[in-house]
Amino acid sequence: MSTIHILEERQRQIYQKGKQPFDMICDKVSIAGSVSQRACVFCGSRVVLYPIADALHLVHGPIGCAAYTWDIRGALSSGPQLHRLSFSTDLTETDVIFGGETKLYKALTQLIDEHNPKAAFVYSTCIVGLIGDDVTSVCKKVAKEKGIPVLPVHSEGFKGTKKDGYKAACDALFELIGKGPVDHISPYSINILGEFNIGGEAWIIRDYYERMGIEVVSVMTGDGRVDDAGKSHGAKLNVVQCSGSMTHLALAMEKKYKIPFIRVSYFGIEDMAQALYDTAAHFKENPAIMKNTRELVREEISGMYPQLKKYRTDLEGKKAAIYVGGAFKAFSLIKALKHLGMTTVLVGSQTGSKDDYEILRQMCDEGTVIVDDANPVELSKYLIEKDADLFIGGVKERPIAYKLGVGFCDHNHERKIPLAGFVGMLNFAKEVHATVTSPVWQLTPRRERSY
Amino acid sequence: MNLSLIKKHADYTPTTNACKMCTPLGASLVFKGISNAVPLLHGSQGCSTYIRRYIISHFKEPVDIASTNFSEEAAVFGGGVNLNRALDNLLKQYDPDMIGIATTCLSETIGDNVAGFLKSYREKRKDELLPEIIHVSTPSYRGTHMDGFQGAVQAVVQGLSQSVPETVLSHKVNIFPGMVSPADIRHLKDILEAFGITYALLPDYSDRLDGALWSEYQRIQKGGTNVDRIKHMNNAVASIEFGRILEGARSSAGKYLKEQFGVACYSPGLPIGVRETDSFFSALQDISGNPVPYKFRSQRERLIDSFVDGHKYVSGVRAVVYGEEDLVVGIVSLLREIGIIPVLCASGGKSGLMKEIIESMVPEHQSLGIHVKGNVDFMDIEQQVADISPDILIGNSKGYRLSRRIGKPLVRIGFPVHDRIGGGRINHLGYQGAQELFDRIVNTLIEKGQDQSEIGYSYI
Repeated sequence: MSTIHILEERQRQIYQKGKQPFDMICDKVSIAGSVSQRACVFCGSRVVLYPIADALHLVHGPIGCAAYTWDIRGALSSGPQLHRLSFSTDLTETDVIFGGETKLYKALTQLIDEHNPKAAFVYSTCIVGLIGDDVTSVCKKVAKEKGIPVLPVHSEGFKGTKKDGYKAACDALFELIGKGPVDHISPYSINILGEFNIGGEAWIIRDYYERMGIEVVSVMTGDGRVDDAGKSHGAKLNVVQCSGSMTHLALAMEKKYKIPFIRVSYFGIEDMAQALYDTAAHFKENPAIMKNTRELVREEISGMYPQLKKYRTDLEGKKAAIYVGGAFKAFSLIKALKHLGMTTVLVGSQTGSKDDYEILRQMCDEGTVIVDDANPVELSKYLIEKDADLFIGGVKERPIAYKLGVGFCDHNHERKIPLAGFVGMLNFAKEVHATVTSPVWQLTPRRERSY
Repeated sequence: MNLSLIKKHADYTPTTNACKMCTPLGASLVFKGISNAVPLLHGSQGCSTYIRRYIISHFKEPVDIASTNFSEEAAVFGGGVNLNRALDNLLKQYDPDMIGIATTCLSETIGDNVAGFLKSYREKRKDELLPEIIHVSTPSYRGTHMDGFQGAVQAVVQGLSQSVPETVLSHKVNIFPGMVSPADIRHLKDILEAFGITYALLPDYSDRLDGALWSEYQRIQKGGTNVDRIKHMNNAVASIEFGRILEGARSSAGKYLKEQFGVACYSPGLPIGVRETDSFFSALQDISGNPVPYKFRSQRERLIDSFVDGHKYVSGVRAVVYGEEDLVVGIVSLLREIGIIPVLCASGGKSGLMKEIIESMVPEHQSLGIHVKGNVDFMDIEQQVADISPDILIGNSKGYRLSRRIGKPLVRIGFPVHDRIGGGRINHLGYQGAQELFDRIVNTLIEKGQDQSEIGYSYI
């Protein structure tokens, strides 16, 4: 086998536990010429705002950015489905020469007339600033004419990383907050932040909180509604998942509306239970909430545990690799895999921070490889070297795993199955079991030799 | 939400649910079809990531597309530094035979002089053995993915073909199939081999986008058109490039080779259905002097036999066909042969040629009520469909939404097919492809009838 070369500039973004002192660097822009698994600023904004189902999402730019984000996420809505359409100003050469403002104005007003959205988001793509369009003033004008919030999202692809896109999305979202009535909101109330209702996950989580006696004022942005965001400043606590994307909003709400926030994760048994306990602990003046939480956790776990143990029997000792967007998800996944008797041999993220990687280092066994902003070459190298049985990632990682004869679990936005909550843990186990124990691997080049 | 209630007017501006992709996607596909080549997009990271994701979801294969990863600085001062660094890193990491650079709307808008950057890159490294570096201009505000595809084919041919003398690598025919499936490419190669014709087929992503599992890591997937073969294209007896729209285009790879090196150029339509395949085979007979091999004559005979078996299920059926213009033209040709009326022929492409071509193929288009529309999005298609009550949709998987809404079946062809496996294994071309399409169309209609029947009959 030809050895796989790691670019010099990349070497400090890869760490193997036990082999070297921990001195990882991250938060770097991807180097030119790499095939990064990351996307761009626009992508960051688009994923965060996408699930708001009663808003119009207009992509201002040439067609690609809108075409490639048409109905691509499993973010479900219980009502309107406007978010699943793809709207673009579809800029052409003439617009690039003469500017796209007129086209943007027309497209916006026409789409608002047709679809009657509660708000509109206008995403700037790469060339919008370069051709001199003043998107903000067009948005202001249309907002005034149509009487709905029209919010520019400053998401030019090259102006930073995906993280900057999250921030731009949070800034736009923040503009919606504080507009609605808060009179009848319970003193035991929360906003769920950073939960996108993939496969209905927000519904599962909302149900848990409601059973605990807590009112959920808004979910941002899963099954999201403009009016819910509008009154979200009436909630007493922000519970933030996917903290990479939503901490910026939580901080802004803390500053302006004095709403404290906690960070949680809904993946895996411990983290899910911990999320509920932490939330309950915040409302300790009402002891019934903690009591309800204990009952709920007991009930949920006892319902799924016997089944989980069955899966574990087959999965004990298998090796997993993880490559996800944010490092927080990786923490939960490592713990969830431990429940299945599996060890993590490779873990990485697109956008983790130095602190995140330090936590990962502490969680992992000797020899585990930790990568920041990896590329297919590096991921393949370590999948082979570490002889992984399972790879957890998104749609771009799937074919790498499959080509090498490694099982795969989709933990990204395209999936249709809820993996959050206790029931999600069971789904996760089922999915991992289905791929790892499949007989097809026995026929693959990687395993065939041993038969 | 009922989109069909929305009436568009002349001044209507936005695009809703595009029926096209952007130019760099087409160029990337072409570069994937060249042996030991790496595609490099000159622009933001997202372009490469989104395009990779889109292509992967169809082919279910790894698709590495590198990016020069523009930062704000690059957008202000130009992308030359990034391009240089990207080339250096690709050389180190991939050791390719060719790097195919496609620009994006960002690098085009800031006016990057890529040709100039490359010139100085080569000068600085004139003592090193560099791979071929080909550049195609693909701003996404100009044209569709199909323009990017054909533009890249032409750029590769122009960049690589030289006046080389005949060598052992020389071949008889250059073949430019257009954006067809890996299965189609394999079939074309079978045909050429059966005729005993040596060839250079560009692009050939039949292995790289529909390949086997790996027993070891492949830096660049095996397969693809050999770069040296492309350099010998000037020696070929003839070029064959599919597509009646392409035939009408101002420039193309085949036209270039004809003008520059006097290589004869055949421009049949995409060989979909009997007659268009006949034209292709007759070109091959011309070029090779050999008769059509028995294998394909018998495929043709069986195909026509099956047309007779199935004709009643399709006669007078009303179809909506959409996708790339040349694909639509090809499918219309097949539908004409079997009695299906293509009541709406739609494309996001805007060559301006499709209407005339289809109307001349179907002289009675007016009495049949056939509409041909270029430069459309899926909202246009949905609106039109309300007035024409079709029985079946034929096109890529992006029409599923419409299919579900109107309760009419969709036969998935072309690219992308994101909601099924096997997108790369769909056969469209030749008698074999027509057979597969015909069987699928007929069986889809039979299945629909069977499912809707009160008694659920068990034979036909």
